[in-house]
Amino acid sequence: MQTELLKPTDRGLYCPAGNFYVDAWKSVDQNIVTHAHADHARRGSKSYLAAKEGEQVLRTRLGSDAQIEFRRYGEPVSVNGVKVTLYPAGHILGSAQIRIEKDGYVVVLSGDYKREADSTCTAYESIRCHTFVTESTFGLPIYRWPNPEKVFEQINAWWRSNQEVGKASLVLAYSLGKAQRVLEGIDSSIGPIYTHGAVEKLNESYRDSGISLPSTTYVGEVDAKQTDWTKALIIAPPSVMGGSWIRRFGKLSSALASGWMQIRGTRRRRGLDSGFIVSDHVDWQGLIRSIEETEAQSVWVTHGYADVVARSLVEKGIDARTIETEFQGELLEQPSEASQTQDATDG
Amino acid sequence: MDDFTKLFWELDGTTKTSEKTAALENYLKNAEAADAAWAVFFLTGQRIRRLVGTKLLRDWATQKAQISDWLFEECYDRVGDLAETISLLVPSAELADRTPLHSLIQDKLLPLRELTAEEQRSRVLELWEHMSQPQIFVLGKLMTGAFRVGVSKQLVIRALSAYSGVESTTLAHRLSGTWEPNAESFEQLVDPESSEAPTSKPYPFFLANPLKDGPDKELKEPENWCAEWKWDGIRAQVIRRADETYIWSRGEELLTEQFPEIADCASQLPNGTVIDGEVVGWCQGESRPLPFSQLQRRLGRKRLGKKLLTEVPVALLAFDLLEKDGTDCREHSLEQRQADLAKILIGLSTERQEGQSLFPNTEPDSQEPAIRVAPPVSDSPIMTWEAMASCRARAKELRAEGLMLKRAGSIYQVGRPAGLWWKWKVDPFTIDAVLVYAQRGHGRRASLYTDYTFAVWKENELVPFAKAYSGLSDAEFRKVDAFVRKNTKEKFGPIRSVTPQLVFELAFENIQPSSRHKSGIAVRFPRISRWRHDKSVGEADRLETILALASDE
Ligand SMILES: [Zn+2]
Ligand SMILES: [Zn+2]
Repeated sequence: MQTELLKPTDRGLYCPAGNFYVDAWKSVDQNIVTHAHADHARRGSKSYLAAKEGEQVLRTRLGSDAQIEFRRYGEPVSVNGVKVTLYPAGHILGSAQIRIEKDGYVVVLSGDYKREADSTCTAYESIRCHTFVTESTFGLPIYRWPNPEKVFEQINAWWRSNQEVGKASLVLAYSLGKAQRVLEGIDSSIGPIYTHGAVEKLNESYRDSGISLPSTTYVGEVDAKQTDWTKALIIAPPSVMGGSWIRRFGKLSSALASGWMQIRGTRRRRGLDSGFIVSDHVDWQGLIRSIEETEAQSVWVTHGYADVVARSLVEKGIDARTIETEFQGELLEQPSEASQTQDATDG
Repeated sequence: MDDFTKLFWELDGTTKTSEKTAALENYLKNAEAADAAWAVFFLTGQRIRRLVGTKLLRDWATQKAQISDWLFEECYDRVGDLAETISLLVPSAELADRTPLHSLIQDKLLPLRELTAEEQRSRVLELWEHMSQPQIFVLGKLMTGAFRVGVSKQLVIRALSAYSGVESTTLAHRLSGTWEPNAESFEQLVDPESSEAPTSKPYPFFLANPLKDGPDKELKEPENWCAEWKWDGIRAQVIRRADETYIWSRGEELLTEQFPEIADCASQLPNGTVIDGEVVGWCQGESRPLPFSQLQRRLGRKRLGKKLLTEVPVALLAFDLLEKDGTDCREHSLEQRQADLAKILIGLSTERQEGQSLFPNTEPDSQEPAIRVAPPVSDSPIMTWEAMASCRARAKELRAEGLMLKRAGSIYQVGRPAGLWWKWKVDPFTIDAVLVYAQRGHGRRASLYTDYTFAVWKENELVPFAKAYSGLSDAEFRKVDAFVRKNTKEKFGPIRSVTPQLVFELAFENIQPSSRHKSGIAVRFPRISRWRHDKSVGEADRLETILALASDE
């Protein structure tokens, strides 16, 4: 490949020809951002380029004074003579794949992506390229997502059965993306829905972006003692577990919505009552299919099971290598003693 | 199969005993007798012999999933459970298979053993094709003979009792020995009408409370108290009624077959006799019990070999009489009961009863009968607490845990009421805790995982609270090491987290509240006092219990 088009550096993936970075983890002059999760969109760069769809959401992360240029999906822009186009990644609202082209050579950076239906963001689009840079958060064949409709049915049934025994239902989901997807997928006629402040803030951004979500009430707005929580569903980031915030709900059943819930041991070790397999990332099949659809001759694999995915691709005759990045994809893998998941990162 | 799979996931998904019992009861209500029979069979810890080699299952799954061997290994490493790994890799059906559990086992699984590997392969692949992912997982557990879910036999019995109205002691009795998993035996098991004289029924045990502050503060005058050794064995009730013998543990488990020496000796007791005492392994040469770990070798076995019977002969050290000549005598005074007990036991001989020789080729190891009055602390009454304390200091020599102090003239009560019976242990604090992390040892143990972190329950979470790396024998360390390697969940540098499964009793000197520790407590000089093979993870202690001990200090 034309090595000058993209190279890994200690600040992030860098395009020397266009003098810009993609998802830089240190301050740079020109930063193209795939999506608003904290490990991909960091404050401190001089100027940013990102997808128009995610404008409201990205503003909540980067602040109102950050200098950001928003572009629609598929609308090309020239950055120092390099043609840059954003395409939907289907990960969260406004998530983008970054297509970079110069002299007929094309590189696509996937950012985080998934292939399952999700009406809170535009669906992933396959783009042909020479080099594809992919995530690999769930890059093991044991990760095989069930039909999302089935999962939402499970959540609905769980909510109803908690109501029957007089327990509040607490769904733990990342406040950006996962929480809204769960909200959109469940049957809101079952009972009232309450949210943690971090979730509610992003619900507002989603609604402002034209995504319709069921009506929710911020927990902080009601008198906890006067509220009957036994019929309620509460959506909060995973970091609330073990803290005092959840005490106000009385008897409750907790469930984490995450791809990690596919494995029984992970569910058990976290001391959760239930786990639902809801992922914002591709599963194994989706990953391999997506890579093959790009028809890329060379694949760079980043955060997650990069070694495993690269080795599998090499066996299939695809030129693949792993690259080091500072994106996080393994947060549930830390010992329980260590501080748990941050609210803002993806899982 | 589908209901049983759901039951498995429900039991697996909660650590709360009440929820487990409810799930079981609900299953029993809806299950056909033939299916319930197999469910009870597996859940009470019985096994079918392995049907298919794990290596074969692994190969077939790898082929079916169209992946390389190394990739299967990567997945297995991540999941940590073979049956689960397979279930996540092979293509599964959307809809659950509806074959009843008993036909699956009898018609599809048991015949596998007779087939060639090739035939087995096509049968197993066909089973997989028609099952959902959770079913494939449970199937894997059944096929490899590794079926295990966190329920104790006691819990199953409790659910059976709630479902059928049959008393739990009767159920335990009916479930003991060889129990055939078929519809007929299940119906007999839960039949409330079944004409069975309650001859087997034990009395509820009277339990002692721990003495925390020393007897002089709590118990006042020493002359009101009788001291006995607190033996380190298994509390048991021996019943002789209607020419039948029953030995019950405190957990209402029937141990008659585990201790044939005691059962044999009990056959000389007059009908209508119930004795309370402690079963210990007895070392005749040293005139004291064998270590508890030796006694444990006698537990949970289907067959007792001659070698084991010779190496670990057991005795019942009797200390109370609950029924005499068919009459409940628990309201008699302690002194009266013990005098009557001595009178009954004095007549026992070591001669075997004719036609009853359970182990014909072994010589009686002991000169004393297997049921005998427990050795006294002192031949004369102990008049001061100082004298009592110096007796207690000798407990270790006798492999006793300390002293029991019983109120003179007291009756035999039920449960653990405060006031009449106290245990005054040498090790003030012991806690049953679960092994959660392991690390390699030092020096000559550097190749083994011998440094452990233990956890106790806080709500439904296990919180680590102490580290310990001494107290097990080399053989036990090797066993734990093998367990750690096989059951590693995650590796963090040199530390491995393991499936919470093994329970150990930890002893320590002191407990203090601590804000530095996640558990909120710090313990001094923790050491492993023994491996509790008899306890499941759910039975480990709770943090509240330890906190209560700490605040009493
Ligand atoms: Zn990411
Ligand atoms: Zn993300």
